[in-house]
Order: sequence, then structure tokens, then C-alpha cells
Amino acid sequence: MSTIAETTIEADPTVPIIRMTREFAGTPEQLFRAHTDPKLFAQWIGPSSLQTRVEEWDARPGGSWRFVSTRAGQEHAFRGCFHDVRPDRIVQTFTYEGNPDGVALETLWFEDLGGGRTRVRTQSLVDSFESRDAWLRSGMEVGVNEGYAKLEGMLTDGAV
Amino acid sequence: MAVDELSRIFAALADPTRRDMVTRLAAGDATANQLAVPYQISLQAVYKHLKVLEDAGVVSRPPGPQPRPVRLEAEVFDLMDKWIERYRRRAEERHRRLDAVLVQLNETENGNDEQRGRTA
Repeated sequence: MSTIAETTIEADPTVPIIRMTREFAGTPEQLFRAHTDPKLFAQWIGPSSLQTRVEEWDARPGGSWRFVSTRAGQEHAFRGCFHDVRPDRIVQTFTYEGNPDGVALETLWFEDLGGGRTRVRTQSLVDSFESRDAWLRSGMEVGVNEGYAKLEGMLTDGAV
Repeated sequence: MAVDELSRIFAALADPTRRDMVTRLAAGDATANQLAVPYQISLQAVYKHLKVLEDAGVVSRPPGPQPRPVRLEAEVFDLMDKWIERYRRRAEERHRRLDAVLVQLNETENGNDEQRGRTA
């Protein structure tokens, strides 16, 4: 996998959008399956320290999904609806149940690069810059990690 | 605290005039009067924009004789970069797990092709 460039990310300064791009050694059809087959999805969505349990999964336009991540007995649930499910594009809503009022609109594009490679572009639109910052801060996971603690320390110290 | 800080920065930069001011300040300090020149807005409006940028910690006006120059606080952008980079790294980790799933899919499918080849 050393030939694959790392994920690029862009936080739009004018609208509360996060864009990401990554190329994969797989066909668009395989990427589509990895995003719509709940068994495959559960294998990669959460870190290995988390157990991901898919509780609801109807990958059709209008269908809904819900999965629960467990770490050290703590459960975090995420849910949303598939708005559109096409071989080249998935549109869905995304909510972390710990913040039930926050809804992100996510669009994924699978672009065929030929030779069994695919570029996946993701766009997440949230309802305010504050929400986006919360996403950026949490990485959609709960728990303060070392880097964040360090950064907060810098803020408190007035170093930043 | 930190979330508020970052939100203020993003909100301050959500305005095109303020973004333009920041771009110009990146080239060097400037007074409010100098900043106002290219815009069709009053000096008062320029001060309003500067106040938003100042409150967010994006710029500062160090005390001194008038007219005080406006200075870009570069550390603010380091902070934003850090948060975004952390988020990006997490996404990259997720994408590497997806890489592994694709390797599995490829192996299974190649295996099936061979089987099909044999039975054909």
C-alpha cells in the first residue's frame, strides 16, 4: 500500500464543509460494497480498539442505518439515513446520538481511475461552523486523547 | 474553551472581506487606513471587521503610537492546522483499515475466479 497517497483534507473557509480525498487499490464496485455491506463496513469504520456493531442497515434510498461502537464498556451510537445509493455516489445523513441535534449531510463519490483503482471523495456539510469545529475536534469519536489534552494545555498556558 | 476559540476563528474567516484582509496582512502589517483602500466600505466598517478578527485572536494591534498597525497572529493558523491534521490522521487510519478490507476482497475474488476457471 506504499504507493497510495495519504488522505487529503480541506476545511472550506466559506461554508461549514469538510472535504476529503483518498485513492484506493480497489474497483469502484468494491469500494461501493465496502460502504454498503454492513459486514464489510463494520470491519473498517472503527479503530481496532473499538467494537463496532451494526444494528440497522438498509442501504437503499430512504433506508436507515445505525451502528454502535463499544470501548471499555462505553457505548457510542451513530445513526442516519441513506438518501441516495448509487454505484458511483452515496448520499446520507450522519448523527452522533450523543449530540442528537447535530446532523451532517455526507456525500461520497467513487471515481474510477482504471487499473483497479478508485478515488473516493467525501464531503460533509454541517449546519454551522461551530458544529464543524466540534467534528474536527472529536474526529467523530468521544474521549480526549493525548494530542488534544496537550493542545488544550497550550491554550490554557496561553502558548497558543 | 478550545472549541469556542476555534469556532470564533472559523466564523471570523467566513467573511470574504475579512479573508482578504488576512491574506493582505500575511504579506506584512498594515494600518486600518491602508487596509480600507481597496474596499468600497467605510473606515468604520473596516474597524468592525478588524474587531471580529481581533476578538477571534486572528489579528492584534499592539499598543503604540497611532496609527497602530494591524498584525496577523500566525499561531492561530498553526492551531487550526493542528486540529485539521489530527482529524486527517484519524481518517487516514480508517482508510488504511479499508485498504485491508479491499485486499481481502481482491483475494477472495481472485480465488473465486480461479475456482470458476477450474470448474469451467
